[in-house]
Amino acid sequence: MAYDLTHLRQLEAESIHIFREVAAEFENPCLLFSGGKDSIVMLRLAEKAFWPAKLPFPVMHVDTGHNFPEVLEFRDRRVEELGARLVVASVQDAIDSGKVVEETGPRASRNRLQTTALLDGIAEHRFDALFGGARRDEEKARAKERVYSFRDEFGSWDPKNQRPELWSLYNGRIKQGEHIRVFPISNYTELDIWQYIKEEGIEIPNVYFSHQREVFERDGMLLSTSPFITLMDEEEPFMETVRYRTVGDMSCTGAVESSADTIDKIIDEVAATRITERGATRADDRVSEAAMEDRKKEGYF
Amino acid sequence: MEMLRFATAGSVDDGKSTLIGRLLYDTKTIFEDQMEAVERASVQMGTEYTNLALLTDGLRAEREQGITIDVAYRYFATPRRKFIIADTPGHTQYTRNMVTGASTADLAIVLLDARKGVLEQSKRHAFLASLLRIPHLVLAVNKMDLVDYDQTRFEEVKDEFRDFASKLDITDLTFIPVSALHGDNVVDRSPHMGWYEGPSLLHHLEEVHIASDRNHIDTRFPVQYVIRPQSDEYHDYRGYAGTLAGGVLRPGDDVVVLPSGFQSTVKSIETLTGPLEEAFAPMAVTVRLDDEIDISRGDMIVRPNNQPDVSQDVDAMICWMNEKSSLTPSSKLVIKHTTRTTKAIVKDLSYMLDINTLHRDESATELKLNEIGRVQLRTQQPLFFDEYRRNRETGSFIMIDEATNVTVGAGMILGESN
Repeated sequence: MAYDLTHLRQLEAESIHIFREVAAEFENPCLLFSGGKDSIVMLRLAEKAFWPAKLPFPVMHVDTGHNFPEVLEFRDRRVEELGARLVVASVQDAIDSGKVVEETGPRASRNRLQTTALLDGIAEHRFDALFGGARRDEEKARAKERVYSFRDEFGSWDPKNQRPELWSLYNGRIKQGEHIRVFPISNYTELDIWQYIKEEGIEIPNVYFSHQREVFERDGMLLSTSPFITLMDEEEPFMETVRYRTVGDMSCTGAVESSADTIDKIIDEVAATRITERGATRADDRVSEAAMEDRKKEGYF
Repeated sequence: MEMLRFATAGSVDDGKSTLIGRLLYDTKTIFEDQMEAVERASVQMGTEYTNLALLTDGLRAEREQGITIDVAYRYFATPRRKFIIADTPGHTQYTRNMVTGASTADLAIVLLDARKGVLEQSKRHAFLASLLRIPHLVLAVNKMDLVDYDQTRFEEVKDEFRDFASKLDITDLTFIPVSALHGDNVVDRSPHMGWYEGPSLLHHLEEVHIASDRNHIDTRFPVQYVIRPQSDEYHDYRGYAGTLAGGVLRPGDDVVVLPSGFQSTVKSIETLTGPLEEAFAPMAVTVRLDDEIDISRGDMIVRPNNQPDVSQDVDAMICWMNEKSSLTPSSKLVIKHTTRTTKAIVKDLSYMLDINTLHRDESATELKLNEIGRVQLRTQQPLFFDEYRRNRETGSFIMIDEATNVTVGAGMILGESN
């Protein structure tokens, strides 16, 4: 009798262990939900960790206001199914109350403003641990981040001063005002996520599957036309068969040309692809070589 | 598909980053946009060829200083296995970083330069791999191209290393001659070393037998979280959630709960997708028992005829990981061991181990950053443990400074102290 677990089952066990560890040791954790495939997998893992009990923490969406309608609808339905409590940290509210000032012009993005809304949400609800769906294969700053990522009272990450993390023993001790960002799916790759979605039969919003959409090209990326984005003079909208590899703020998430309309076809496409998902689809990461590192130091996801 | 975690140790000069870059590149894990970024950076830095090392040096500070700050995790897969690399830097703080990366590794690759042979650094890395009980060790003799792919030189290095390794507890040692820069014996067998009959590095990583490395003999179920839905449907439900740290558990098994000593039987092992006929390490499950017993986090469910040591007096090897403080006899610390957190006091420091010579310095009075020593601890609550060499999960603990909350030490249990 061989006691072997497949890579997906090992990864799953590791994630469930992390969810339970946080629920056991923290006063007031919270799960960050973006509507993207990674946070959908996170919800599934959390459900598994505590079944038949409900999630022992709320779900928080940092809402830029620039959402895919399908994704919002999906979020609300899934939260209801799980009987979870939804908290929305709204960037629009932060703008309306004058806490932050919105960028202007056709390239305006609310990406950086998310950090303010997130940190305000954490302070308001006194969250001491936040589950995030970041993966280490996504980006080189994330490759060096711990599963338990310590944040000081300003929400900052200090890459040079991280706590050693050994075995499966996580140190969650913090002082008042500090918190830990917890990344239970750190060790999954994009392909692992899709394979897991397939194996578990997890439902995902239809923007991940191939569909017809009105798009325009900017900086080599296909962006969807929407009320949230102003076209520049030379930009011409056209119809294209696309899907999304990542789902975030509509104004800075690019679509990829694709005819993959089933999970199997998506897996084939991801396995054969030659460009990283953030490289292909995220304007926010293209700002500079160290864009993610800089934003994380400020308190970003 | 199986999963293999491995740690790499060596300095920038040994070509470690180049080796990893080569593995990622030749297994087509590196994407076009990453490769373009590396090519751009190589041109900027004025290197002659595309510097594959830049693929793994992630942070701005590292690129600027040409060093690796911290453990970085990399991923690649072949049709046979998924691999997780813990890439640990070889320069200062090497011990802390390597111990961190090695703690979860199934295999370690120690790199050395064929021209330089076995340096102190290679010995340190091999020692740490054996201390952390990484089941498989690969010695990659790199830069074979610079010694004309010479078999005699390879054999010399091999003998020299074997000499040293005989003093260590290493169960599986493999030597592979490689050139990371040119790709010899990394993914494919090298055409330049016909005399070498072993596998390429990647082939070895794909084939090395890891299924029996984990302890499936001693059943250890540390209770992590008690599930009580308190809903109408599951009114009296009480499930003990946790990750098996060793052995196998089946419905109907007689069990004993530590520390209370109450006995019961396993009623069921449950998951969202249905009950299980058996659970084994490292599965994360929920266990229900036939009897209503008061069980909480930090307790451990085991078999009556195979119990761990239960003691407040622990003998352990400690690696100290903090630059601002040191471990001394009388140090008070918080210990996290399995799901149990308790206080501990250092009763005695038997010796500090010189990891270059393996000499035991019994006159040592403290352990500073990156130092390793044998320590006797007294804990406030008893721990339920096994020797680290028998079970890495129930034999390991971390030490936390109560004032700063920082993780300051890593411990590997040798046994109960007198």
